[in-house]
Amino acid sequence: MPFIPHTEQDVREMMAAIGIGSLDDLFDEIPPALRAGTLSGLPPALSEMEITRLMHERAARDGAWLNFIGAGAYEHHIPAAVWQIATRGEFYSAYTPYQAEASQGTLQVLYEFQSMMASLTALEVSNASLYDGASALAEAVLMAVRAHKSSRRVLMPVAAHPTWRKVVRTIVRNQGIELLECPYDAAAGRTSLEALDRFARDDLAAVVIPQPNFFGVLEPVDELADWAHARNALAIAAVNPTALALLKPPGEWGARGADIAVGDGQPLGAPLAGGGPYFGFMTCREDLVRQMPGRIVGATLDRDGRRGYVLTLQAREQHIRRAKATSNICTNQGLMATAATLHLALLGPAGLAAVARACHANTLALATRLARVRGVTRAFSGAIFHEAVLRLPVPVAPVLAALREQRILGGFDLGQDYPELGHALLVCATETRTEDDIARYGEQLERIIGESRRPGAGASGKRS
Amino acid sequence: MLIFELSRPGRQGAAPSSLKAGGASEIPGDQLRTRPPRLPEVSELDAVRHYTRLSQRNFSIDTHFYPLGSCTMKYNPRACNAAALLPPFLARHPDAPADTGQGFLACLFELQEMLESVTGMAEVSLAPMAGAQGEFAGVAMIRAYHDARGDAARDEILVPDAAHGTNPASAVMCGYRVREIPTDADGNVDVASLRHAVGPRTAGLMLTNPSTLGVFERHIIEVGNVVHGAGGLLYYDGANLNAILGRVRPGDMGFDVIHINLHKTFSTPHGGGGPGAGPVGVNATLAPFLPLPVVGRNASGFHLLDERDCPRSIGRLGAHLGNAGVLLRAYIYMRMLGAAGMRRVGDYSTLNANYLMAELKRAGFEIAFPRRRASHEFVLTLKALRDETGVAAMDVAKRLLDKGFHAPTAYFPQLVPECLLIEPTETESKQTLDAFVAAMKEIREEAGRDPQLVRGAPHSTPLRRLDEARAAREPDLAWNPH
Amino acid sequence: MTTPDNLKYSRSHEWVKSEADGTVTVGITFHAQEQLGDIVFIQNPEVGRKVKQGEECAVIESVKAAADIYAPVSGEVVAANQEVADSPERVNRDPYAAWLFRVRPSSPGELAGLLDAAAYAKHAESEES
Repeated sequence: MPFIPHTEQDVREMMAAIGIGSLDDLFDEIPPALRAGTLSGLPPALSEMEITRLMHERAARDGAWLNFIGAGAYEHHIPAAVWQIATRGEFYSAYTPYQAEASQGTLQVLYEFQSMMASLTALEVSNASLYDGASALAEAVLMAVRAHKSSRRVLMPVAAHPTWRKVVRTIVRNQGIELLECPYDAAAGRTSLEALDRFARDDLAAVVIPQPNFFGVLEPVDELADWAHARNALAIAAVNPTALALLKPPGEWGARGADIAVGDGQPLGAPLAGGGPYFGFMTCREDLVRQMPGRIVGATLDRDGRRGYVLTLQAREQHIRRAKATSNICTNQGLMATAATLHLALLGPAGLAAVARACHANTLALATRLARVRGVTRAFSGAIFHEAVLRLPVPVAPVLAALREQRILGGFDLGQDYPELGHALLVCATETRTEDDIARYGEQLERIIGESRRPGAGASGKRS
Repeated sequence: MLIFELSRPGRQGAAPSSLKAGGASEIPGDQLRTRPPRLPEVSELDAVRHYTRLSQRNFSIDTHFYPLGSCTMKYNPRACNAAALLPPFLARHPDAPADTGQGFLACLFELQEMLESVTGMAEVSLAPMAGAQGEFAGVAMIRAYHDARGDAARDEILVPDAAHGTNPASAVMCGYRVREIPTDADGNVDVASLRHAVGPRTAGLMLTNPSTLGVFERHIIEVGNVVHGAGGLLYYDGANLNAILGRVRPGDMGFDVIHINLHKTFSTPHGGGGPGAGPVGVNATLAPFLPLPVVGRNASGFHLLDERDCPRSIGRLGAHLGNAGVLLRAYIYMRMLGAAGMRRVGDYSTLNANYLMAELKRAGFEIAFPRRRASHEFVLTLKALRDETGVAAMDVAKRLLDKGFHAPTAYFPQLVPECLLIEPTETESKQTLDAFVAAMKEIREEAGRDPQLVRGAPHSTPLRRLDEARAAREPDLAWNPH
Repeated sequence: MTTPDNLKYSRSHEWVKSEADGTVTVGITFHAQEQLGDIVFIQNPEVGRKVKQGEECAVIESVKAAADIYAPVSGEVVAANQEVADSPERVNRDPYAAWLFRVRPSSPGELAGLLDAAAYAKHAESEES
């Protein structure tokens, strides 16, 4: 029996010890009307060899693609050591470190993780991870409202990730929290400081500040943080961790620094993997720590005075506080945080900065190359990090479909989330894209747009 | 030693040295970071050795029996990991169109169908990234259902007092008040109290069955009738689904909405605290409210349903489609089990728990609900031992570490004094269970002879007992060199 | 002495001491701190806050638990003990010296409704089983 070690003799002895005649007797307290017959709708069991073959077939069907999509999930090189170590059984098959003395490995890794994230964001404390960047932003909004006490309104830029905004709405809507949308400057592609005046008299609990924003554009973070603080609102930074190797960290924004920083940790060692698992990170000012959701690891001493690590400040959490907990979260994304710790240790400060610089330079090279195609322009004047919005002279969807015929994923179509931008495409070239990759994309885009602009032609001759 | 203490300025790890320095930049000077983050500067070998050594300071399923009650710490088959790591799956961008990932989406679609079959629910969404997020989604759907009917007076969620703390916390996140229902002497919901509690303010009842007390809720049909009769909905917390897999389906028990912990019942790794996955299932009435995305199928293949397809959805819980890699592992596990294998999970996890309970009882340990069958777990109370010797449940838990066993869950459920919640799972052999009983007997003998030995445990772990009060009074949450 | 005779008690395990200036001092009982275990954090009410009898006004956290502290009488908070908030372990060491806050009662009649030492001791014992 797969994964069940019992021999027939074991089963006989065990049933005798319990005093039952058959396994059915184990379920004699269940009302007979509820007992299920044979399960229908389940395929027959496959052996390890058979399931492996099936998965290889399905993987082969999906194949390999030259990817230029970012939009919140980024293709980075992950050193081989990261997942070889992270999938060691001692990390992979352990659980939440409730028994600290039997979990010093996981606990120390998480303490190192917290230290790295705190330093990367220049804030004092970090938790041990949340589910992903979008849900971390929702938790930050809830945390800011708890900390602020008097207001339940939060200012959310339209230039923040559109799906993250939806997630925040889903998670906070039933608690009477109001999200006010703040527009972006149509020319620069960043949150409009002039438009902020419209909200000057609102009592706000917090202002969300994405850096970079969904368009890849850098926000005026100093001005936004100061504007929030001048109105007694908290500043919540929503940041890309790779970018923080180059960009001013949230703890140094404006005169006082952001109060809370969150983001998606996927760029730090998590493969794209179709959408997850990734992890959310959250750091904050020290005096907000008791409002923080999620597990937190702290250093302490054992009975012999040796340094060790434990889960701490647990009275915030659901298993103690129940209905009054800061959040319902318990299981987080521990293994992804472990991988991120390994990833950051292997890259070091110089390695992470080199990756960030290469992403920036490659995306500039890509945007420059694509903007040489007739009719293609950069949509915004604002400086970018590693994504850029391009305006095409033709609809985006057929162009992307034609690129897919060349095994190229050409970017993220902004038409659904930002219809006001017209034929707008968000592109990204991380450190994993080569000059040849960029040249190939340029040539194909040139051909496809050229063909589609000929009178009577579709985006691609082949698709008709 | 922390990784930071191994750091030497200028030492390089796995930095991609082929990356060109310089290159174009358009980042304005006032946006630049002036001081680099304090990340370690170590060689690749330094890092590999450091984290390999740290891993060896963990107990895990792969190294130890791990009978942590309510957590279902069963073996995580390596085949599931290997196939989920195939390069096309790992390289798939979440925003890549459906036509580039039909193989991947086929797995998720079939996973939805298999979960529907084993739970008896009409439809499933894989979006929630953990059990607690599944609870949030489930309660949010209950709220959406009542709101859609214009029934705004229902502002209470009922929760048994034995419930996991996430239940009340999730209800509050959905804007509900929580009302606790007491438990009777045999571990069932006190039906008389439930009848008294329900009414026009009842939005629903959250129930774990088998319960966190390790017993099947005998009055489940009556409980369902009482809640439904009052106009409320019935929520199933799938934390203990492992015990009844293939034997009883939540849908047949009358539950309207459920969540399932794939990292428990379907054997995806716990990873030192996640990632998990908490898919939700619903009956046909609640299907329009499922969280997005849901994997759909039409003439052109598999695709993700969005707000245009499901305008009444409660919305999204994460940026993409949930913990996809976890979902793939659960899919592979379920395919390896098939229908017969599912039933074996319920049968043998229950056999192991009842055997272990019988043997501990025979050895003189006090079972909290001795008149009941165990589900896949059971509660032991060590109150007598504490009164006689001063050795508490936590001391026994720590001493078990010295004997080479991870401790059971201690001090939960809170209703039972000095308790251990023990869940062996179906993947452990009779010989392992016998060794655990022997260790428990030894510890009890030690507690009588030399209580200080047990109260001072553990003695063989890398560190001795850690001072949790100090950690909380003087928080040291990040490395800070001076 | 785990329930001093000169104090009044609430059923939610606060002790209350009437001061000469008409205010009352509030802390938690020996029994309460014993149930909580190692206390690690105290959040006191702000001075100036008006509280009603039975209202949640402070929080005490231990390693394994969290407890709300209820105002034993209605009135205005006139002082909060910062020294105890800074060293919460004092409540474990000497719960009757480590007071939490002082209230100027607005309905002094409420004091008469509190338990005396004997009644409280009996109440605490009944909860323990």
